[in-house]
This record gives sequence, structure tokens and C-alpha cells, in this order.
Amino acid sequence: MKKFLNKKSTITNSKKFLAICALILLPGALLSGCGSSSDGGNGQVIVYNWGEYIDPETIEMFEEETGIKVVYDEYETNEIMYPKVESGAASYDVVCPSDYMISKMIANDLLAQINFDNIPNAMENIGSQYFDQSKGFDPENKYSVPYCWGTVGILYNKTMVDEPITKWSQLWDEKYADNILMQDSVRDAFMVAEKLNGFSMNTVDPDELETVKNSLIEQKPLVQAYVVDQVRDKMIGGEAAIGVIYSGEAIFTQRENPDLEYVIPEEGTNVWIDSWVILKDAPNKENAEKFIDFMCRPDIALMNFDYITYSTPNMAARDLIEDDDIRNSDIAFPDLSLYNNLETFSYLGEEGDSLYNELWKEVKSN
Amino acid sequence: MTSKNKWLSTPYLLWSIVFIIIPLCMIIYYGLTDKTGAFTLDNITAITTMEHAKALRLSMVLSLISTLICFLLAYPLAMILANMKVGQHSFIILIFILPMWMNFLLRTLAWQTLLEKSGVINSVLSFFHLPNINIINTPYAIVLGMVYNFLPFMVLPLYNALSKIDDNVINAAHDLGANGIHTFFRIILPLSVPGIISGITMVFVPALTTFVISTLLGGSKILLIGNIIEQEFTQTSNWNLGSGLSVVLMFFIILNMIISTVFDKDGEGSML
Repeated sequence: MKKFLNKKSTITNSKKFLAICALILLPGALLSGCGSSSDGGNGQVIVYNWGEYIDPETIEMFEEETGIKVVYDEYETNEIMYPKVESGAASYDVVCPSDYMISKMIANDLLAQINFDNIPNAMENIGSQYFDQSKGFDPENKYSVPYCWGTVGILYNKTMVDEPITKWSQLWDEKYADNILMQDSVRDAFMVAEKLNGFSMNTVDPDELETVKNSLIEQKPLVQAYVVDQVRDKMIGGEAAIGVIYSGEAIFTQRENPDLEYVIPEEGTNVWIDSWVILKDAPNKENAEKFIDFMCRPDIALMNFDYITYSTPNMAARDLIEDDDIRNSDIAFPDLSLYNNLETFSYLGEEGDSLYNELWKEVKSN
Repeated sequence: MTSKNKWLSTPYLLWSIVFIIIPLCMIIYYGLTDKTGAFTLDNITAITTMEHAKALRLSMVLSLISTLICFLLAYPLAMILANMKVGQHSFIILIFILPMWMNFLLRTLAWQTLLEKSGVINSVLSFFHLPNINIINTPYAIVLGMVYNFLPFMVLPLYNALSKIDDNVINAAHDLGANGIHTFFRIILPLSVPGIISGITMVFVPALTTFVISTLLGGSKILLIGNIIEQEFTQTSNWNLGSGLSVVLMFFIILNMIISTVFDKDGEGSML
């Protein structure tokens, strides 16, 4: 089907075409650039983070203490963040992607090495086990500073189920038809079905993935909705009995609705880390390092933990938690050695990614 | 005089070049090339793959149903409005336009809260021990969302067309012995065709391309062609495929517009 019309000349043509577009659009970009450079005394730092993933008060404190203006932007999934950063359409300094996305960004040369001399708080406070765990996606610990970590598990409403939920396979139980919330992002949804079938959640084997796809299609009639952040509100409101959720949301949802229980499924799950990284083309690298260092300060990390309730890798901050139940909570700080088949996502390569996306589209359109 | 007029049109020209012509060219360019920038028709022919064709078919069916429902709801209303005295009708039109002052996303989110299993409507129904309705996350909810959001776009052109019909024409029909049904089908309906056509276009096109309504009210379980295109851009970051599918969609929209112009020879319908 593919028609290659003198490839070389079309590439140069396409570059010319883009250059012309850029030229026409440039005046606008310059104008907006002028607008933003006049902020604050010490310049600015542009942060691109997950939605509701920081205590807004910490940003104000950072601005007050350093005089650096924070421009803050949010995304809902790694997959939404990546093309925006890759295309360079918006120039961010600091981003907070997950493990597998960090290795993809390293592979595609989007990240700058971090000078840890400028981030003393990270070396001092972040637990070394989290840096070890980061080696899975950042082998030399050069590009990322852990910000949050956790597991993915099942949140269920004790009043709406007749037995404790302990396994992913219960998400395929017809009893719970129209009462199940699945994650609406390709890797998380596939992880559930991969663990169910006993595969690695990083598999790119077409036969295994075919089985996984069929499992998801089989489950689809039972699923009430595929959601991302809304799983939290819907579970609190008693809209569904079972939901796939990030451990960090579990503590918050339990505070709001005591009937909810979080469990790490027997078949194993995803242990993830979200880390601060600095982009290669970051316009404000120094300020970016200052921002990351500030976020690693124990009191700030504690404020963020209290606000977003995602497990912090900051040992000093964990020691500061006053409530014993939370400091030793199995949800926030589980002893990972007690669970089987825990894995961390890794980057699947371009072909792996497109295979997953293709199959996910088949699941969703079925 | 004429040179002055031309000068006045430059802001509009600039606007349409920067925000309409260039983006359109970029979409067509991306749609006809692959990731390396080489020419290919794969992104266009991708519409024939099972998932894409299915999503397109479903989008067509749902938006046709919504358009039909909108038409059936809007026509009697427009007739009532057109027969009202000045003053009365402007109030009712205001009521119809009032919700449009609120953000479209918020209104659709509100429907989510209304329709949920333990949502507002079901709570009220349960209170009176009536059976609950469970249409959230089904195609019915999507059609409801489309009808709700796009109904004003059907009412206004119909009202415009109907209020332009001279009362004398209808009186003449009555004088010549036509009864009510005759007058409606032989006089009023044909004279309002331009309004019907522009109403259909204004409902059908946004309904065909929507992805917000299907995500919010369909629980992301129902994939319309708009959702597929959106995902190619935001999640898969395959801009080429997304653009290619957009070009295919544009073809259907242009087809719809050609049909409108054929029916609307006098250009009366384009009043909005």
C-alpha cells in the first residue's frame, strides 16, 4: 500500500513546509514569550505535573522563599503528557512522569542530567531503596528524583460485595456486572488482564497479548465505565462496588467513605514511581533544580503527602507523620516483600507501544 | 471606496489564513504523510479497518438519530414560536438560549450526575418507589446528550424560516379550500425547507464529530470516530493517522454541505 515518492525530497519538502508554518506562527510565539518573561524577581520555572498532585500551598511557599515564579500546568495521563513535551509545543522545565515514561524519554533524548549537588535534600531525605528501584528505568540515577510511589490495586465497597475481594479474577465475576470501574489508560488496563493471565505486564509477545485482549473484551460488558481520576469520586459516592485505583487515592477515599477497602491483588500488580525530571530543552534549568530541591525538603514533602495522600519516598517526611496509623499504614507504606509478582512498567519500544494501542482500540471499539 | 473596503477585510483575511487555512493545510499534509514525512495513503484507507469503520458507522447512526429527534422536537416548537406575538416569543427563545450561556462541558457533566445509578434522577424515582432508569454509559445517554446540547441549533433556523412565511400565503391556501393538513404539507413544510436543511447541518456536523459527549456520558466504553481521532492525537501521538481520519470525516461533512446547497438554492437557509 505504501507509496514512496522519492523519499529524500519529500522529507526536505516537509521540513520546508514546517519551517514556513513556524515562520508564520513565530510572531505569536514571540509575543507570548515577551508576556511571560516579565514575571517575578528571579525568573520562573514551568512545572508540568499530574492533576491534583501537589499541595498548592507549597507552590506559594516556594514562590515566596525564592522569588521564582511558578507556572503550573497539569495532565491526566502519561500518554497525554508525552506528545506535548516531545513536540516542544510548550516549553516546560520540570515534569513528573512515571517509570516507563521516563525510560521512553531517556531513550528519545528528551531529558537533562540532573546535577545532584544542587539538590542536597534529595540525597539526604529520599530513601536509597527508591533510588535502587529507579534503576529499572534510570539505570544510573542520573535523570530522575523520586516524588511519589505506590501500587495499583482494587478498591471495593464492603457494603456492596458479599465476600472480601482479593484477586483480579473477581473483576471478571458476573455478580459484579455494571459495578466495576476500570482504568482508562492502556498500560493500566492491560496490566490487570496480564496479571490475571499470569503474564508479565511488560510482555510484547503477540500471542500473550491476544489472550489479554480477549480477556479485556470478555470483561467489557461487566465494566460500568473506563475512567481515570473519576474512579475516586465514583467510589466515594457508592456509584460502583469495585474499582481499579492507585494506592495513593485509597487513603483519601477511605477518609471520605469508611466503607471502602483497598487490597493488593494476589496475582501481583504494578509498583510504580513518579519522579521529577528536567527536560533537555528546559529554559530555566537552575530554577528547576531549586524547585525539585524544595519539593524534597521534609516539611514540604509532608505537606504534599497530607494533601495528595500518595506514598512519599521521603524518609524524613515519613518520620514526621504524626498519625501512627498512617505512618505504618499497609496501604501507604506496604512491605513489598510480602507480595508476589510485583513489577514496574518498562518502556516497550515504539513497536510495543503501537501494538498495545492497536489492541486497546480493538477492546474499546468492541 | 472599493479600495477602502478591501483594506477593511484584512483582519478577517489574516484571521482566516492563520487560524483556518494553515491548520487545514497542516492536517491535510499530516494526513497524507507517514512519520518519516513520505507520501502515503495509508492514513486515509485506515478508515476501512474494522475498529475505525465501526466507530464511523456508530457515529453516523447516533448523530442521525439525534438529528431526527431534534427535528421532531424542534419543528412543532418553532411553529408555536412563529405564531406567537412579538414579546412572547422572544422570552421563550431566551429560555432556549439561556443554557448556552453556560459551558458546554459543565452542562454535559451535569447530565452525568443526573443520570448516574445513584444520581439525582434515580434518587427521585426511588423516593416514589418507581423503577430506576439505567441509561448512563449506553448509546441512549449519548443520544440524549447530543439532543440536549444541539437542540437550540435546530430550533433557531427553523424558527427563522417559519416566521418568514407570509400569513397571506397561508390564508390564500385556506381560501382555496385547503384544510390544515394540506396547508402544512403543501405550503408550510416546502417553504421551511431551507431552515430544515441548515438545522440538520448544524446538528448533524457537531454530533458526528463529538468526542466529549461520548466520553462523559458513554463512560469511555463507546468509541465514536471523534474519540478515535482524539486518542490518536492525545494518547497514541500518531498525528498522521489522526489527521488522515479527520480528512475522511471532512469528506462526509462536505458531502452534507453539498446536499444542503442543492436543496437550499436561494441561500435562504444560512441565516445564523
